[in-house]
Amino acid sequence: MLIFVLKRIGFMLLTMVVVSILLFLLLEIDIRGVATMVLGPYSSEEQRDIWLQQNGYLDPLYERYLRWLGNFVTGDFGESIRFKTPVSEILWPRLWNTAILGFWTFAVMIPISLILGILAGMNEGSKLDRSISVTSIITTSVPEFASAVFLSTIFVFWWKLLPGTSSMSDGFNFRELMLPVMVLVIYDFGYVARMTRASMAEVMTTHYIRTAVLKGLPYRKVILKHALRNALIAPFTVIMLQINWLLSGVIVVEFAFAYKGFGALLLEASLTSDIFMIEACAMVAVFVAVATQTIADVGYTYLNPRIRFS
Amino acid sequence: MANSTTTTLPAQTTGAALMRALKSFALLRESWVGMFGAGIILLWALMAIFAPLLAPYEPNATLLAYQRPPWWPGMEVAEGTPTFLLGTDHVGRDILSRIVYGSQTVLIYAPLATFCAYAVGILMGLAAGYYRGWVDDVLSRIADIILSFPVLVLYVIIIATFGASPVNIVVAIIFASSPGIMRIVRGLVLDLRNRDYVAAAQTRGESSWRIMLVEILPNARGPLIVDACLRLGYVIITIGVLGFLGLGMPPPDPDWGGMVNETRQIALAFPHMTLFPCIAISSLILGFNLLADGLREISLRD
Repeated sequence: MLIFVLKRIGFMLLTMVVVSILLFLLLEIDIRGVATMVLGPYSSEEQRDIWLQQNGYLDPLYERYLRWLGNFVTGDFGESIRFKTPVSEILWPRLWNTAILGFWTFAVMIPISLILGILAGMNEGSKLDRSISVTSIITTSVPEFASAVFLSTIFVFWWKLLPGTSSMSDGFNFRELMLPVMVLVIYDFGYVARMTRASMAEVMTTHYIRTAVLKGLPYRKVILKHALRNALIAPFTVIMLQINWLLSGVIVVEFAFAYKGFGALLLEASLTSDIFMIEACAMVAVFVAVATQTIADVGYTYLNPRIRFS
Repeated sequence: MANSTTTTLPAQTTGAALMRALKSFALLRESWVGMFGAGIILLWALMAIFAPLLAPYEPNATLLAYQRPPWWPGMEVAEGTPTFLLGTDHVGRDILSRIVYGSQTVLIYAPLATFCAYAVGILMGLAAGYYRGWVDDVLSRIADIILSFPVLVLYVIIIATFGASPVNIVVAIIFASSPGIMRIVRGLVLDLRNRDYVAAAQTRGESSWRIMLVEILPNARGPLIVDACLRLGYVIITIGVLGFLGLGMPPPDPDWGGMVNETRQIALAFPHMTLFPCIAISSLILGFNLLADGLREISLRD
């Protein structure tokens, strides 16, 4: 088991290194481009030459990469061109805001999708099962920006119940968080519910469930003690991998509702060519994604009684 | 089931394949979900083909004199002025015409990108699954690394670096989605490569690529067709989302995501400007998802 975990962590580090090389090559191989981005399009050739020399951009590529990687690992992401402050000062608060958004999304989505999925999987082919399937096809067909438009038309324009933007300019406001969370939940819950349903339906056909029913255990006990334990292993992985999806979703939702989070930061950095901010955001996003994948893998093998390392 | 076709002449194989395709299309009639999805797609395809006949106005004409909400029965309009069924946008362009023409953008680039991604993904998957060994290792690692990116982060970085143009969007979609296709194809090939007809072809001394493309690939088509339908839906979402984020097709030509992006600032005063493009894109994606569901249902049945 320990070897497996170490292997997974090793693979995770390898992925991070490869991604960092790709990102570095993509954004920093053209040093004159970097100088133009940092100093602005109206800087003179001379200024750019001086800047390149002062910041060590004339060193060989591998030396620059290693220094860049070293800085990254120690948390020094360079200075944001747009904000004129160290990237980390902007990045961490924004990431915290996104974590709040993600926490509430999961806090709402997980119970709903698990309960619906379990109920549907318990009675395969029932009315509830079919209506959940149809609902989840519909909700996954509506892109996040479209459901943002639909929900704000309903809740903001017609009913005037909720604020239309979530910039939190007067401090944290729970009502401003409601629309972004709703959009993310609507897009995601159908998928998790369907996965839970499939897992539950599979467990319900197994022999040990049949045995438990036939030996006269109360149905409640069969579900709670025997079925759920095994049926919830797969949804655990699905939910962990959903964090990867969430990182995509927050870009759209934060942009749509002007929420000051990590996704909007990455998008703004890309649109304004804020190169060091793009690098930092991309590395953080990939780190979160790869880390959750690793946890999902390790957790799955730990939880699944059929896989045991001796 | 494919043993019979392996030794026939190419012409007969094509004929047989065509017959089988027609038969599976006829099967679709058994699933009303799939039929409904196919109907929606057909509707939008007709809309795209006959756009010049259906659109009441030029999609890019700015009729600033007529800034209108959507038409409703009994709406008071001055004598002799044109009607705009879905209203006009912030610069007075007819929204209905832009939606009709926008279906062309989406129905050209989404299938094109999906098709190219499949070409790349199938070739990589065939090679990885058939040759195994180091080819498989290298291709699978590359796929793992690309797939570890949150997908939209990947798109945003690629488009921001290389610029928003139709070609770059298609290339970005190929880059981001072919690893997923490769994994599916690889899995199918690993299962099919040990079949008797593959061994027979190997004994006949056929080349590796001929075996992969003629013997293995046609037998892997079932799951791939379902996946292609779903993926087409995702690609439409991607094109829409990129447009919404301001990284999509360059203006002024109509693009559903871009239409939402252009008018989202005033959407709370004039919701019709964002509402109709969103309904359009959601309905088209729903069409592909329903069709995929119908096809899966049919393939599970037999």
